[in-house]
Amino acid sequence: MNRGPLRDAFVSAIVALGLFVPIVGLVAGNSERGLVLTFHPVATGIVVGLVFFGRLLTLAWRGRTRAEARKSNRAFAEALTRAGKYITPALIVVAVALPLTGSRYYVDLGTLVLTYIMLGWGLNIVVGLAGLLDLGYVAFYAVGAYSFAILATTFGLGFWTCLPLAGILAAFAGVLLGFPVLRLRGDYLAIVTLAFGEIIRIVLTNWVSLTNGPNGITGIPRPTLFGLAFSMDGGPGTFAGFFNVEPTVIQRIIFLYYVILVMALITNWVALRLRRLPLGRAWEALREDEVACRALGINVRNTKLTAFATGAMFGGFAGAFFATRQAFISPESFTFIESATVLAIVVLGGLGSQLGVALAAIVMVGGLESLRDFLSFLGDQMNSPVFAGIAGELPLFRMLIFGLALVIMMVLRPRGLVSGRTPTVALTKRKEISAELVAQGRG
Amino acid sequence: MLTVENLTMTFGGLRAVDSLSFEARDGNITAVIGPNGAGKTTVFNCITGFYRPTRGSITLGSHALHRMAGHRIASIARVARTFQNIRLFAGMTVLENLLVAQHNALMASTGFGILAVLGLSRYPKAEAAAIEKARHWLDAIDLTSRADDPAGALPYGAQRRLEIARAMCIDPVLLCLDEPAAGLNPRESEELNQLLLKIREGGCSLLLIEHDMGVVMRISDHIVVLDHGKKIADGTPADIRADPAVIAAYLGEGDEDEEPVEEAVSAG
Amino acid sequence: MAYALQQLINGVTLGMIYGLIAVGYTMVYGIIGMINFAHGDIFMVGSFLTLIALLGLAALGITAVPLALALALIFAAAIAALYGWTIERVAYRPLRGSFRLAPLISAIGMSITLQNFVQVSQGARVKPIEQIIPGGIQLMDQNGFTVQLSWMQIAIVVVTLVVLGIFTWLVTRTPLGRTMRACEQDLKMAALLGIDTDRTIALTFVIGAALAAVAGFMFLLYYGVIDFYIGFIAGIKAFTAAVLGGIGSLPGAVLGGLLIGLIEVFWSAYFSVEYKDVAAFSILIVALIFLPSGILGRAEVEKV
Repeated sequence: MNRGPLRDAFVSAIVALGLFVPIVGLVAGNSERGLVLTFHPVATGIVVGLVFFGRLLTLAWRGRTRAEARKSNRAFAEALTRAGKYITPALIVVAVALPLTGSRYYVDLGTLVLTYIMLGWGLNIVVGLAGLLDLGYVAFYAVGAYSFAILATTFGLGFWTCLPLAGILAAFAGVLLGFPVLRLRGDYLAIVTLAFGEIIRIVLTNWVSLTNGPNGITGIPRPTLFGLAFSMDGGPGTFAGFFNVEPTVIQRIIFLYYVILVMALITNWVALRLRRLPLGRAWEALREDEVACRALGINVRNTKLTAFATGAMFGGFAGAFFATRQAFISPESFTFIESATVLAIVVLGGLGSQLGVALAAIVMVGGLESLRDFLSFLGDQMNSPVFAGIAGELPLFRMLIFGLALVIMMVLRPRGLVSGRTPTVALTKRKEISAELVAQGRG
Repeated sequence: MLTVENLTMTFGGLRAVDSLSFEARDGNITAVIGPNGAGKTTVFNCITGFYRPTRGSITLGSHALHRMAGHRIASIARVARTFQNIRLFAGMTVLENLLVAQHNALMASTGFGILAVLGLSRYPKAEAAAIEKARHWLDAIDLTSRADDPAGALPYGAQRRLEIARAMCIDPVLLCLDEPAAGLNPRESEELNQLLLKIREGGCSLLLIEHDMGVVMRISDHIVVLDHGKKIADGTPADIRADPAVIAAYLGEGDEDEEPVEEAVSAG
Repeated sequence: MAYALQQLINGVTLGMIYGLIAVGYTMVYGIIGMINFAHGDIFMVGSFLTLIALLGLAALGITAVPLALALALIFAAAIAALYGWTIERVAYRPLRGSFRLAPLISAIGMSITLQNFVQVSQGARVKPIEQIIPGGIQLMDQNGFTVQLSWMQIAIVVVTLVVLGIFTWLVTRTPLGRTMRACEQDLKMAALLGIDTDRTIALTFVIGAALAAVAGFMFLLYYGVIDFYIGFIAGIKAFTAAVLGGIGSLPGAVLGGLLIGLIEVFWSAYFSVEYKDVAAFSILIVALIFLPSGILGRAEVEKV
């Protein structure tokens, strides 16, 4: 090995020392006597060592010549495109067949992933198609969830009745957000949408008479299958009673899974249809060049508002589902991290691509959950006193790794997993457009 | 007929356009020329609704353009434009660009979108008609073979032609072109002339900003000359060629041993 | 009247802290057009670094207050600058020239990383310290309500103004400042003219981080308690301040910071504490409706 990478890694280790000795090495621990400074050489050493070897590895990997790198990148992209034709049907088959495994864990995981996929598809309309940077998507998720919860607990309405109402209210919130931001450029738009999300969360936490504040709303009803409830008593009018089977919890879980699956698929179908219609095309044109749109007679204001409203509506539907699945909601579930996660899913997916968003959601949410399990498994294994301190903190590493994963994913694939746009109409044959040509929007 | 009356546009302390008045008759090709910074693009932006004039009026038929919103000038008054820096939808195909231009007509056929999503509208027929119109223009600009290529991948000359075709897809009565010949070689300029003449034959009036005197002199019916925001000449190409004020504005007062200006201008 | 005056004092102090953080945001945005989401968390790291430095100095027996404070400030600013440099190098530079969304997600990821990094290393509990600079002046007494102006508050305003003064001098009078402004105007052109844009951008991040650390230092001394989460909230507020004042404008950042600080304090005092953030955000939204580029922002006139 030549000296270059070694020296580089050494420099990185020195920098790491500077970064980590203060925070990792010197810990201001709480105690009865106030704060006590303790020194942790082992932990510091481990982290610095990780940086050193990590840098060596990345340098060695990047050491391959440019040509090699480009060739393998293109091969990967081509493989992905070829596989693309088979991935979508395969995913649908897996999604439909998942509950047959009977594993509650996998069905729960699938429900969670599908919820995020639906959110991703909804946000994709705003960010991916119309190019409007929305950092506060969680607001519509919350509006949907809380409208359903409040309507259900106050008026005794059921899930299916409230679902359209949740969507309408969320869409209305979308228009409300859209109006002030019409003239705003990208980053101003970003902060206002983020502020909107935070405003909703603060209002939900503090308007106790309406939302029960931080304690949240409980007793949210579960959806019924054509009027059949999934309760455990097995009497007439319940699912178990009607089909004459033993009532089990998993029946309801599987039912909920199929509900979100159908909702997500409908979201996808609507988004795909809209893309082929003038409205979707106008959204994409808006993303490419707003000024040219205006010069062609397109009412930019209405187009933007429609994008916000439509995206918000799907967020609202997803929110209502979330509320019914948990049977309990509180403002804690609607933080900025949720908006950031959904946005990360959309960006990682590759803007505008439905398949990409689905894959990204599977990778990120599935990955996050698997990480949680892996870490608790690790924690159980760690009995030695050296690791005793860390074992208790392993769950905290989850978000730390999540943050790092976001950075790494963006650095590795800034354009997302599926980068390339498929035109919606063609004279002869539809050819995929490379990502470099497609705009990301200035709105 | 487009009537511009006492148009004034001030930006802070700068008066970009000063009491400009001129007419562009129906069926004519009117050129607006002048040295750089004369205010030509500003006039365009006022006509097409990107700026609101400080004073004055712009009327096209019964429409008061100076009071209308940009997108309505395009959709209702039917004034189309192209831009100095090409503004195509680069990530969309040539065909898609032409379809976006027909947005309003297509939207009308979708029944508020909902019916179309469910497949219960007249949209498929409207889309087929729109594609036919697009094909007509593709043939006119000789880009039919590249209809499914991304607009951003086209060579420069083709992009300029596409921008014009896209503007024509809104069925305008007035087409405003901002330096359509910029960056074109002589052969492409000649093709542009033919295209513009064909557009005029189709019944659309043209208003163009141009520096290329070959294009201007050869196809304009009427020329308006601006300098420092004011009109300094207004007439036929022959009038303008000989106008001393125009010559002075473009070339400045010269000294004796310079080539006589009339020869240089008439050669263009 | 006295009550209002006290709120004014408190609001200006808080506003100064926000302003310092906002300046870092606006500088980075001005030069490479990206929202550095992790900036607020550098502020948090800066406050932790101050804490650790103070504890360490106390353990080493250095108790002279001015000396300890000066050393702690230098330590915090230096290490925070290192953090700023590293983050730019690792998470943002590879994405430069890429579209704006990838750097944004990377920045959000960095923010999450920093928060949890500090949480995991330092523990999730809040870290309180005793007041280091106690006391102040009693300004006036009205109906039994005493208006206090503490030394700490004076120190914050003075330090902030001094730092901003130095910084403005740096940007307007020195070659480095000229380079930064050139990069801000047109990065490609600056590179073509031989300016080392990488180094200039890195320096911008470093200075921004140092400023945030100073804000963190003052925050710790003023409020006496910190935790790993303060960066997120302060970050959003400071970013709001930068946008309100007009992103890209340094005086705008300070102005925005002051406004946000005053709104927060006055709303808490006269209406409700719970909704103070809603008030600040709502003012932002309303302001942007009428001034889409912020108060002192340069109106971005799109060349048509």
